[in-house]
Amino acid sequence: MDADAVYQTPTVEEIASILPAKFASVKVTKTETRRVYATVPREDIFAVCTYIHDNLTFEHCTTLLGVDYVDHMSVVYHLSNYYNGVMIELVVDVPVDDLHVESVTSIWEGANWHERETWELFGIVFDNHPKLERLLTPKTYEFFPFRKSYKLRGSE
Amino acid sequence: MSDSIVPVKEIEEKMDTDKMWVIMGPQHPFSHGLWTLKVQLDGEIVTDAEPIVGYLHRGWEKETESREYPKIIPMADRLCYCASMTYTHLYCMTVEKALGIDIPEKAKYIRMVADEVCRIQSHLMWLAAVGTDLGSYTVFLWSMREREFFLDLNVKLCGARMTTNYPRIGGVRNDTTELFDRDILRAVDRFEKALWDIIALIDDSSIFVSRMKGISFINRETAANIGLTGPAMRGCGVDFDIRRDDPYDNYDKVDFEVPVLKAGDSYSRYMIRIEEMFQSCEIIRQGVAKIKALGKNAPYRVKTPSKVPAGTAFARLEDPRGESLMYLVADGTDRPYRLKVRSPIFTNVSSARLQSVGVRIADVPAVLAQIDMCLGETDR
Repeated sequence: MDADAVYQTPTVEEIASILPAKFASVKVTKTETRRVYATVPREDIFAVCTYIHDNLTFEHCTTLLGVDYVDHMSVVYHLSNYYNGVMIELVVDVPVDDLHVESVTSIWEGANWHERETWELFGIVFDNHPKLERLLTPKTYEFFPFRKSYKLRGSE
Repeated sequence: MSDSIVPVKEIEEKMDTDKMWVIMGPQHPFSHGLWTLKVQLDGEIVTDAEPIVGYLHRGWEKETESREYPKIIPMADRLCYCASMTYTHLYCMTVEKALGIDIPEKAKYIRMVADEVCRIQSHLMWLAAVGTDLGSYTVFLWSMREREFFLDLNVKLCGARMTTNYPRIGGVRNDTTELFDRDILRAVDRFEKALWDIIALIDDSSIFVSRMKGISFINRETAANIGLTGPAMRGCGVDFDIRRDDPYDNYDKVDFEVPVLKAGDSYSRYMIRIEEMFQSCEIIRQGVAKIKALGKNAPYRVKTPSKVPAGTAFARLEDPRGESLMYLVADGTDRPYRLKVRSPIFTNVSSARLQSVGVRIADVPAVLAQIDMCLGETDR
């Protein structure tokens, strides 16, 4: 397997073997039909995404979302290939005391609003994002409503 | 003119006009819901645009975290009023994936047929909106008239017109009712003829065609990169449909075509939706035949546990407007820990700048009608 070649229709097995070969820090946790699940450390996410976009031809960032696990937060990326319908799920864990992730908007323009949404709802800062402003919630909000520490009225 | 004393052309080139911001919305006839499009104008040409959404943000995802799994089904209906069944279907699919269960064949076919009925409803709603945006009230009335027959099918299937509350985790709520297959085939046959009338009304109208053809060109790479999905993307030449390329339920067992046009303008995005309605009719015919072949007593629902084991799962499907995805984090209780909805319009509308820069202000409604706004799912 040549890790630097460009694959237009990489299969699940190819992705599962290429990604850890190219980046030692990437761990493929699970594979299914047309699905690859992997975890990536925070420092490598931009390089991994660039590689997935350029060499594995994943042209589309379906979504990007945050999850608050209280002891840490996660950013989950869903990336899709338009030639064979394969999807990659990348999970990046972010420590609560340093909520910073590199933005992937420069790779996929479609991730722009998803990153803004994740920032305003969870407070995860995406470095080098072109316009990290509140989108859905009012601009006057100074809290992050989707965190577990934010309780809905009557939910206790 | 060369013999003019005043060099008009040179002056015009040097003339520096002020650019003006025009705020369209949130209550504007073109917006079809509460959202704002700020456009910067240089004369009549749009030079910059910024969509503003969020007026309807009601914290849908946060709300689900305090409800049991079955109670989220009616909430999922309210995400999109035009194609409510697709979101309920998607939610049930996600929970089934997390549970690791397989649902009966019959339920898969019923969901598929119901989805396609929803797709036709949604596309007709869009066609009505395009009609009014481009100044033809007849298109609006005819589309709404046709849509009524499909809403009647919803009533026959589950008793409700729009927010159906029909799919269940593990299947569907009830079997197809008596004579449903006869009625749906009648409706589809009738609709295919009636749709040609509407097409003739639009395609023979030079106003419609001249305001859509050659306007707002997007190439394939940009469309994929900016996150356009659904008919808007296929109108730009991306040959991808989740129903065909990443099949869920029983879409791999029916035969249909995915329309793709390479022109990339507003008109081709319109053509894709029209063609999709014909293909939906085809899928409905095959699906109804398969439901009939399975017999009357085939199971349509399996019992599912109320608690979902800890873990994550996601599912995606082809919404009438594009690719929608739900991501579920379960923690072993009877309520989701986190449920995320990826709405196609949310990403499509973020490309409003790309779509509208360079077009005339009068064509902005015609261009943005092609993304088929629905605010319930955009703002969630």
